[in-house]
Amino acid sequence: MTIWQASASLPMLQERANLLAAIRSFFAGRGVLEVDTPALALFGVTDRHLENIEARVNGQIRYLQTSPEYFLKRLLAMGAGPVYYLGKAFRDEETGPRHHPEFTLLEWYRPGWDEQRLMAEIAELLAGLSPAFTEPRQVRYGELFEAVTGLNPHTADLALLREAAARICAGDWQAEDRATCLDALFSLAVEPTLADGVVFIRDYPVCQAALATLAIDTDGVTVARRFELFINGMELGNGYFELTDAVEQRRRFVEDCQARRAAGKTTRAIDERLLSALEAGLPACAGVAIGVDRLLMQLVGETRIDAVLPFVD
Amino acid sequence: MANYSTSEFRAGLKVMLDGDPCSIVENEFVKPGKGQAFNRVRLRNLKTGRVWERTFKSNESLEGADVTDRDMQYLYNDGDNYHFMEPDTFEQHQASAAIVGDAAQWLREQDVCIVTLYNGAPLSVNPPNHVELEIVETDPGLRGDTAQGGTKPARLSTGAVVKVPLFLNQGEVVRVDTRTGEYLGRAKE
Repeated sequence: MTIWQASASLPMLQERANLLAAIRSFFAGRGVLEVDTPALALFGVTDRHLENIEARVNGQIRYLQTSPEYFLKRLLAMGAGPVYYLGKAFRDEETGPRHHPEFTLLEWYRPGWDEQRLMAEIAELLAGLSPAFTEPRQVRYGELFEAVTGLNPHTADLALLREAAARICAGDWQAEDRATCLDALFSLAVEPTLADGVVFIRDYPVCQAALATLAIDTDGVTVARRFELFINGMELGNGYFELTDAVEQRRRFVEDCQARRAAGKTTRAIDERLLSALEAGLPACAGVAIGVDRLLMQLVGETRIDAVLPFVD
Repeated sequence: MANYSTSEFRAGLKVMLDGDPCSIVENEFVKPGKGQAFNRVRLRNLKTGRVWERTFKSNESLEGADVTDRDMQYLYNDGDNYHFMEPDTFEQHQASAAIVGDAAQWLREQDVCIVTLYNGAPLSVNPPNHVELEIVETDPGLRGDTAQGGTKPARLSTGAVVKVPLFLNQGEVVRVDTRTGEYLGRAKE
């Protein structure tokens, strides 16, 4: 028997439509401009842990975008003011109960804001969606990590992190770098201990900075001004006080390319248009990307992404 | 054998881990939004039956294990070893009591069971899910006692002891689920 029906139920599709409408209404009321940036583009992403899906267009390779980030930042550099994208994003090699290679992403940028002000706006968006999404908590990555593993993620010796990873996440971690050990310990040991409700985790280790600026925290430790949003222990989003320094951005891109090559992965060309936009001047801004399918899962209490996706193939 | 990457791990796939053949039980994909993806995998060691949990970086791979399940006819036990035959090729295999394990109590000569081969040699033996075996020893049946739920132990021709209803007698043939050891009913003639 050929299964031809939708993956989500019809009532679920109504919930989904309500959510998309509520998000658009939230931003319309705040004067944030919706831009439907391209899904297919000339450049992919250099990030060592994101894989583009390639498409052939007019005989040439184009990349389905893993996020609208570079387009939105180019708009910010043009002086577009606050902008958002609500639409599809694509990431290869990500399939599981809470992953699908094609998914719906909400991403927005607030020029002139820092990450605290942005977290407050996320909290307002969430509170408007469900009474269960009120009273958000904030915790620092380092405190949470140390409470579970006994190690300070910013300063602990790599040897100790490897030993903890081997002990807590059975496997071979002796050759792994700091970022991988932190990812393993955080995802497999710390995340399951997160409290229910809305939790923001902030002040990430420098090796997890991605596209965030760095700062010195109250303990004198250099941290990344990055945060993640969790609801009921499920990761929903990543936000940054965005890196605006073109030189530092190029350095991180080159480092990504080297890491990809060392890991035997396909290397991707650096998006020079983004770097040119940064050189022209990206305003200080905060930005965040939130997985809308997972947000819907949390709203309706589903544990599998298939149950909220209209179709899965 | 081929290598299998974590994205190909499916329940039932046979792979080598720490020198032992294992069968994948469960494969969970875990990925932080901006970080390394992992696969948390549960595997059953086919030699010991123990379940292991391991975490791999996504796209790591394991060597496939040369493990196959074959339908084979159980022939006889020579005192040391159990002998099986592949019905289509007549190829014979022998397995020690340690390998046959608990399956031995359900094996009746000529019955077909599943023999798992590892590098061509028996690794484990699974009896059919349902077998029909004769009762060789039990207390005499109680006439008329068919409605009450009482049971008594009965020894079957292969050596297994199962609980059967009180009304059954020696010489009768019963149907049993080998996975649970549960009596299912009297065999149909």
